[in-house]
Amino acid sequence: MSNAHLYMLGGVCLFTLGTYALLTKTQLLRKILAANVMGSGVFLVLIAGAYRSPSGLPDPVPHAMVLTGIVVAISMTALALVLLGRMVPGSRKGDKE
Amino acid sequence: MNENSWMPLFILLSSLVPGLIIFTLSEKQRALRTTLNMAGATIKLLLIGVLIWGVLNGNVYETRIPLLPDMYLELHADALSVLFAGLSTVLWFLTTIYAIGYLEGSSNRSRFFGFFSLCVTATIGISMAGNMITFLMFYELLTLTTYPLVVHRGTSQALRAGNIYLAFTVSGGALLLLAVAWLRTIAGPLHFTETGLLSVYGQDYRIELITIFAMMIIGLGVKAALVPLHAWLPKAMVAPAPVSALLHAVAVVKAGAFGIVRVVYDVYGVNFALELGVLYPLALMAALTIIYGSLQALVQNDLKRLLAYSTVSQVSYIALGTAIAGPVATIGGLVHLVHQGLMKITLFFCAGNFAETLGIHKVSEMNGLGRRMPWTMAAFSLGALGMIGVPPLAGFISKWYLGSGAMVNGQLWVVVVLVLSTVLNAAYFLPVLYRAWFLPQEGPWPEEHSQLHGSRLETHWMLLIPPLVTAALTLGVGLFANSSISPLGWVRLITFREYGL
Amino acid sequence: MSLILTVPWMAWSILLPLGGAVATFLSRRYASRLTLLFGMATAVCVGALGWQLALKGPQRHHIGGWQVPVGIDLYADGLAVLMLAVTALVGLLISFYATAYFPKAGQEETGDQNVASSVYFWPLWLFLWGALNALFLSADLFNIYVTLELLGLSAVALSGLSGKAEALSAAMRYLFVSMIGSLSYLLGVALLYNMYGVLDLGLLASEVRPGPTSQAALALITVGLALKTALFPFHFWLPPAHANAPAPVSALLSALVVKASFYLLLRLWLGVFPTVINTTAVDLLGFLGALAIIWGSIQAFRQRRLKLLVAYSTVAQLGYLFLVFPLVLRGGDFTAWGGSAYLAVSHAFAKASIFLASGIIMHVAGHDRIDELAGIGQRLPVTMFALALAGVSLLGLPPSGGFIAKWMLLNAALITGQWWLVAVIILGGLLAAGYVFRMLAHSFTPATWISFEQPVARRMEWSAFALAAVAIALGLVAEPPLTLLQSSTSFAGPGLREMIP
Repeated sequence: MSNAHLYMLGGVCLFTLGTYALLTKTQLLRKILAANVMGSGVFLVLIAGAYRSPSGLPDPVPHAMVLTGIVVAISMTALALVLLGRMVPGSRKGDKE
Repeated sequence: MNENSWMPLFILLSSLVPGLIIFTLSEKQRALRTTLNMAGATIKLLLIGVLIWGVLNGNVYETRIPLLPDMYLELHADALSVLFAGLSTVLWFLTTIYAIGYLEGSSNRSRFFGFFSLCVTATIGISMAGNMITFLMFYELLTLTTYPLVVHRGTSQALRAGNIYLAFTVSGGALLLLAVAWLRTIAGPLHFTETGLLSVYGQDYRIELITIFAMMIIGLGVKAALVPLHAWLPKAMVAPAPVSALLHAVAVVKAGAFGIVRVVYDVYGVNFALELGVLYPLALMAALTIIYGSLQALVQNDLKRLLAYSTVSQVSYIALGTAIAGPVATIGGLVHLVHQGLMKITLFFCAGNFAETLGIHKVSEMNGLGRRMPWTMAAFSLGALGMIGVPPLAGFISKWYLGSGAMVNGQLWVVVVLVLSTVLNAAYFLPVLYRAWFLPQEGPWPEEHSQLHGSRLETHWMLLIPPLVTAALTLGVGLFANSSISPLGWVRLITFREYGL
Repeated sequence: MSLILTVPWMAWSILLPLGGAVATFLSRRYASRLTLLFGMATAVCVGALGWQLALKGPQRHHIGGWQVPVGIDLYADGLAVLMLAVTALVGLLISFYATAYFPKAGQEETGDQNVASSVYFWPLWLFLWGALNALFLSADLFNIYVTLELLGLSAVALSGLSGKAEALSAAMRYLFVSMIGSLSYLLGVALLYNMYGVLDLGLLASEVRPGPTSQAALALITVGLALKTALFPFHFWLPPAHANAPAPVSALLSALVVKASFYLLLRLWLGVFPTVINTTAVDLLGFLGALAIIWGSIQAFRQRRLKLLVAYSTVAQLGYLFLVFPLVLRGGDFTAWGGSAYLAVSHAFAKASIFLASGIIMHVAGHDRIDELAGIGQRLPVTMFALALAGVSLLGLPPSGGFIAKWMLLNAALITGQWWLVAVIILGGLLAAGYVFRMLAHSFTPATWISFEQPVARRMEWSAFALAAVAIALGLVAEPPLTLLQSSTSFAGPGLREMIP
């Protein structure tokens, strides 16, 4: 088993762990974190795949994908945090309520 | 497309377009609404006249609109369509007059007349459907458009009746849909063909075809009120009188009966159906319905319910005539499609007049009514005597042909059913007539409508004319039965074509 | 002429809504008018794209001029263009409705709770529109992931727009579901890329081989997309999210957003992975679809709130879409997948109409508790009519788009001899009758002392009506859209890979 395979397996583990936590945890903040763990797992799988390019050089496409994925993950987390903030009255600065 | 191919479409549009415009009118635009109604009814009457003339001369009227790559909305006027379309159109014309008078001053009239016109459109569509799929579409449309009329009054009783109506008709429709779709995978587009189109599949699909036939009869039997699928009909009598008159004496129940005729003659073919052995159970079911309906009518005190059970019983003559399967019985069944319509609508119009003018809803309140409303009661009597089968009225002709047809085919039990049913008809109608004509009035009328006082007529003229006309027709079609343009003459023409004679 | 054929309309139909989103965010005062402007421009692009397609066949566009495998392709065939067109038409009518639903930016001082929503509705909706168009046109696995996330982001934000507690928690749940769905999809993509080194759908389709990795990847992708399409038992998030959003948002979510992920499933299963799928997998999806129909309908019938009823009806109707997989695999062909796609289209119009109508009822009555809406039909005849027409399409009764679609599915089930699917389709129709008529129960009840005095803008009523009218019209003019579907894509059987990007 190569390093790439190990990383990939690790990624799948992270993904599974994150999914489990997202489904079982009741606290919303933990759920948000769990989703991020899931995302990291997927990114790890992608990056590990880049290593196996036949030319020996890493494949740039997965890097591009991961970069895009990170941007998306950040936006998603931001939206989740905004929703969380709205759900807890008075938690935001300058809240009118 | 030549003008002949537009004709069926125009006939549909002559009630569809006024109906759709009427929906947009406000309650106050009474004159415009009445004009639209009457214009639509008149135009349709004229167009049907042209159509009858054309079909007599062998013209072909067909409209085809593609729906799917291999599916057409097909309107086709053959002799059988004209029979039903003609009946519906004439009675729509009269019922429209009646309804305008009847609903004078009540609320939601735009909605009522809108759906009323749509119902007629659906009925005409059923009569002119050129294939089973088109038939199915209009059949379902009829369910949808009659529901608002059944629940028109919006009372909880009306809503309950509406729910029962829906439960029956939607389930029946679903079964019919399944049967049609299944049959289509076997036999293609199901274009109605005189003498039938399925006999070539008899070898390979015997079991399937029998099952499909049963499903279709159940699906159609709901509207035709075959026992035990009839329970919605008496409940639906909560609807206003014009609805009961046109829809539950003519359009809806006839749509079911007409569908049975179509399936037996133009899809299966009467000889093939005989060979499959599916007609005998149908005849039994019809006979059972005839007896059961009459027995129920016997114990009703509510006049409209009595008429409803009488409808249950009488409509099954059509199915019976179809199922006996011989040219003579076929004539009896088909001509009853028209005759029963004329007689029953007369009775419903009269029942509506009694309720509207004097508040009479029950048989027990009718004592002495003959003196108070002689014209209406005379029309009622003609209808009732016709139903019993007194010569020379319309009902006699039907029963005569049914009986002779059964004799020809050696099915004596049918004659027994006919005699029994005639006795029962007499048993529930004659006491009503006796009360009205020969017993003295007991106390005041339940609810006499004062605005009619001072008029020389016994009730509003719009309520009086229609039953008188239909009663006269009941007499006329019996007296002139042998003329070639009478319903009987026309039905003979159909029968010769169906049997390939 | 040549201009029309050379302009990359695909790119414009994505860029315009995104540009509009920025514009409406910057200029809040003119947000509603800008939305209509950009919306119409987008619709024109979609129309021009359709023309391109009709003249030159399926279109391909290399973004930035880069060829695959490095570049990313947009691809438009009949299915994609149909979805774009539906999005444009439904979207425009919803926008029109929303101009009256949300208060104008100038009236913020009124303290209306809708004000906060109104500010963000327009940019988010255009953003959603851009994401939808991009999703329908993407021919690249990873690009699809991005569009899915864009769609999820805007949809979640829209569903929480009202800021009420239930809406926020529903939005939160929707967000988590959306995240799990996208990430599961992305993991599937990662596995596929590691195995085959391509992302373009066309290249992947020609290289993909059956095997554990492909199957695992497809399973992950399917679970992700099924979550987003709310396939039973992943439907739990949908009713609260759709029912608690403002009416235009509910309409967008139910009509368009859930269809997007189904569209991907259809494309991927039938277009890219036909060699990987097996009977167990398709039967499982079909089985879950069947459960969704039954469970969703029963739940819909049991709801006391109108919007929840409608949301559960979405669960049931989405179930029908999944019947396509067993139907196609066993030879259902275009009848199966065309019917499924057509159901998605007609449901989009019907459901949008119903949600908009529910919004009007809620606005007028102040609540949507079905039992307390007596007399609402008298107050809002046009709205009730819209509700009834759209209901007919949901029921799958003629004439409506829903009828054509269910007819096709039923035929496919009969042709392929899958009787359990036949039973489910028929049963689903009957159950739908139950909840649709419950929805319409108060169309006919007489007005009560509860007055519904709240004024309502006419354009809101007519937008809902127009959507319902389109759902009906789809039953009368089914041929053009179906030809569009059929001519340019072929999901049929083993040959289907050639036709995919």
